[in-house]
Order: sequence, then C-alpha cells, then structure tokens
Amino acid sequence: MAGSTSGETAGASGRVGVVLVSHSAQVADSVAALAAALAGVPDAPVVGAGGLPDGELGTSADLITEAAHRVDGGAGVALLVDLGSAVLTVKALLAEGDELPEPARLVNAPLVEGAIAAVVAAAGGGDLDAVAAAAEEAYDYRKV
Amino acid sequence: MVSRELTGDDGRDGPGAGPGPGPAESGTEGGLDGEVFVRWLRLAADEVERAADRLTELDSAIGDADHGGNMRRGFQAVREGLAEDGPRSPGAVLTTAGRTLVSTVGGASGPLYGTLLRRAGKALGDAERVPGAELARALRAGVDAVAQLGGAAPGDKTMLDALVPAVDALEKSGGTDFGAARTAAEEGAAATEPLRARKGRASYLGERSIGHRDPGATSSALLIAALDRAVYGDTEGDD
Repeated sequence: MAGSTSGETAGASGRVGVVLVSHSAQVADSVAALAAALAGVPDAPVVGAGGLPDGELGTSADLITEAAHRVDGGAGVALLVDLGSAVLTVKALLAEGDELPEPARLVNAPLVEGAIAAVVAAAGGGDLDAVAAAAEEAYDYRKV
Repeated sequence: MVSRELTGDDGRDGPGAGPGPGPAESGTEGGLDGEVFVRWLRLAADEVERAADRLTELDSAIGDADHGGNMRRGFQAVREGLAEDGPRSPGAVLTTAGRTLVSTVGGASGPLYGTLLRRAGKALGDAERVPGAELARALRAGVDAVAQLGGAAPGDKTMLDALVPAVDALEKSGGTDFGAARTAAEEGAAATEPLRARKGRASYLGERSIGHRDPGATSSALLIAALDRAVYGDTEGDD
C-alpha cells in the first residue's frame, strides 16, 4: 500500500500530518505545495487528497484515507476540507472509527489560509491541538 | 432480546432453501432475513440505474449535475459487492453496502446514504431475521445520523424530506406497512418542489432553488420504493 512506504519516512518525524481535501486534485495539490513552500522546510508534512481517482471533480474517501496514512507521522492527522461532500466524507470516515489514523481531526478552517497556518505549525513540531488551533485562527485574519 | 427471540432457531436453512412461507406472505411477520436486504439493494440499484438520467437532470437545475452518475456508480459497486459474498445477516448487508457507498459515490450522497445504511445496519446487529418494527427503529437511527451529519432538518429541501415521513409512516404501522412508507417518501419528495434549499450547493441559489424537486429526496424515495418491493417479494428485473 502507498501508505506504508512513505509512512515509514513520516513515522520517524513524529510530526502532525496535514491532509487537504478539495473537490479538485489541482486545488488540493497546489495548496499543499503553497503551504509546504511557506513552511520553509524541505519535507513539510502535508498532502493533497483532491478529486476522484480518475481525476474528475469530487470527493474520494479512498484517496483521503490513503493520504492520511501516507502523511501520518505518529502524532495525529489534521484534515482541512473545502465544502459539501468533502466535509461530509471526512465526517463519515471519522464516524467509522477505523479508517483514518489515530488521532485524526477535521479542522474547522478556511482551506488556503488554514492550510498554511496548519503546515507551518506542524512543520515546527506543534501537536495536533496546536496545529488545529493555528488553522482555526485563520478565520480571524481580517483582510479589510 | 426481542430480535433474538424472534430469530428463533430455524435459521439453519441454506442460502437458497426457502421452506417457509413465500416472501409476500412472510412480509414482516417472521422477520426479514438477509435475502430481503440483498434484494432491497439490488432493486435499489435497478431503480437508480433506471432513474439516473432524471436524477442528473433534477440535479442540473439546482445542483452540480452529478447525482445520477454518482448514485449509479455507488449502487453498481454495492451490487457487485453483494454478488461476491455469500448470504449474510441483514445488519451486515447494510453496513457493507453503506461502507461501499461512502467510498465509491464521490459526492455528498456517498457519505449521506452510506451513513444511513451503516447506522441502520449497526442498529440491527447480527440477528439473522429482523422484525419490521425493528427495521423501522434501525432506519430511524440511520435517518437521525444523516440529519446530524448534514446538519439538516425536514423542510430544508434534502433527502430528509422523503426519508423522515417514510420512517414516520413505517413506525406508525408498527413496521408492517412498507407501502405507506413508500407513498410517504414519494409525497415527501414531490413536496420539496416549492421549498427553498437550505443545505448544499442548491442553498447558494436562494429563491431560485424554488420550483425544482430535490434530487436527493427523489433518490431517497426510490430507495424506499425498492424496500417496499423487496419486502413483498419482488425480484430484480420485474417492472
């Protein structure tokens, strides 16, 4: 499985992993790349889980689960989502209990700003509470 | 306790053996066995297949025009999953199907229908036969979980507008009148037309969501219709 290979690398990190879920693979992967770049470390613990396996727009429980295991470093996984089925799918996976790494948390945050805050916090060694809090604070960044 | 008692000990028959009364007669009296649930989901897959274009058409008016395709993909996967495995308990049939829907649908209906079936399946436990009243209670648990997951209530123009009246009707009859549940679901779905959407993409349309039937309520009514057919002995391919 994809999760086990890179999971080993991440496992040594002991950092919180961040999963970005969007209806679009491009959005998820680009936001992941943006957040990783801003985190300023070469191996920021963030992965995108966007779209469906065939590249169409949508939400894939399988891609999310796989991404979460891939980025899991043993310190928990924070999931940030865009909307609609992305929110519902992650909630359903969490309710299932055995699909996602433990602990996994759906974070109430805007996707782009929240991802940057979460990844910076995670790369800096923050625990799951700290990563979630950083992401949630992004709602308070006033732009005007 | 109740289910155990009614499960009795005559469940030793092989998968194909059916010495008891026909499904139509057994209705809900001796309890519904796993075969009824398998039949339900197969019939639901048929219904979804037949209605896929219509569901997408409804969804293109107020949603993102993928409901038919998503439901078709999900229920095809459910059908394939049922074909692979042997006979199982009602609860196991529903939980497995629910899990399949969560992982294959690709839209909001995946986690929603998946939660409905999984939660109902969990409520049924591992009993080999379930009385209708118990199925009604299990469906109530499933519908409550859907409401919680989506943060929706009846009147929001969602699948709950078909499911809630259906479960109400089934409960009221003590779990015996699946026809009443079907009628209630169909009426509930039709009644979403004048409603203004309060959940999902359709809610962004505000007033403009009025005048269109909700696709999720429509597919929910198909699911309940399939249940009615399954309980009364209808099989796949019948029309």
